[in-house]
Amino acid sequence: MPAPGQRVRVRDDWPETRGPCHIRTPHYLRGREGTVLRHLGDFPNPEDLAFARPAARLPLYHVLFDRTVLWPEGRAGDEVLAEVFGHWLEEA
Amino acid sequence: MTMSATADEKLLRALTALLGQKGIVTPDEIAERVALTDAASPGQGARMVARAWVDPAYRALMLADGTRAAETLGIPMRGAPPLGVLENTAGLHHLVVCTLCSCYPRAVLGYPPFWFKSAAYRARAVRDPRGLLAEFGTVLPDHVRVRVVDSTADYRWMVLPLRPPETAGWDEARLAGLVREGDMIGVTQVAC
Repeated sequence: MPAPGQRVRVRDDWPETRGPCHIRTPHYLRGREGTVLRHLGDFPNPEDLAFARPAARLPLYHVLFDRTVLWPEGRAGDEVLAEVFGHWLEEA
Repeated sequence: MTMSATADEKLLRALTALLGQKGIVTPDEIAERVALTDAASPGQGARMVARAWVDPAYRALMLADGTRAAETLGIPMRGAPPLGVLENTAGLHHLVVCTLCSCYPRAVLGYPPFWFKSAAYRARAVRDPRGLLAEFGTVLPDHVRVRVVDSTADYRWMVLPLRPPETAGWDEARLAGLVREGDMIGVTQVAC
């Protein structure tokens, strides 16, 4: 379980290219590195909930990204903060 | 193209009856939820903001557990997603968006403004936040960091805006009257 302050990378995975799915990880974060701010709690996996399948509770993290790693333009120092499920994160 | 009101009503009645027959929800529960949804408004969030400005212990509770802070003021949160509160400071400004759909803290802010669900707002908030803010009349100095908060999953987020310095000595009700929904989304700052 990543601790606050840990560097993580969002998995560069595109399930939508393999078939019907419901994912809460925005495309613009995939493959990008950020820092875990905190564990927000555990929530039923939306990828299963959306299809009425039994959904395991998975850890959800607040992950902070420097906006310059997401897009070339914009002010250095500005940030994007998003909720990302643990199974989408790998060690950076 | 659109269904007549009669067809809408028939569909609604059929759906409500089926939900009842299958034991999913009762008509009373549906009526209660509709009443709660209609009663929610930005005035609820504004009361929380005003209390946080005058009461440091409430402010601490609000930042730690927004749901409990809302309930403390009698705002019904049962069945609502957890509420998180993001504090603006002299050096950090939050802007809330849901790029994936239209997640919004309805329990404390009511129905979202029409533009919150627009593709333009959702795309530009993450891609060009300072340009978007400027169109709302919000121009932040260079030393203020912009933190865009994308509501991607189970939480709902509201902003605790900065208190205008001109409001020293104001009581809670007068303070609450200043706070608009845009201030709690982060597109604007509280103005006197």
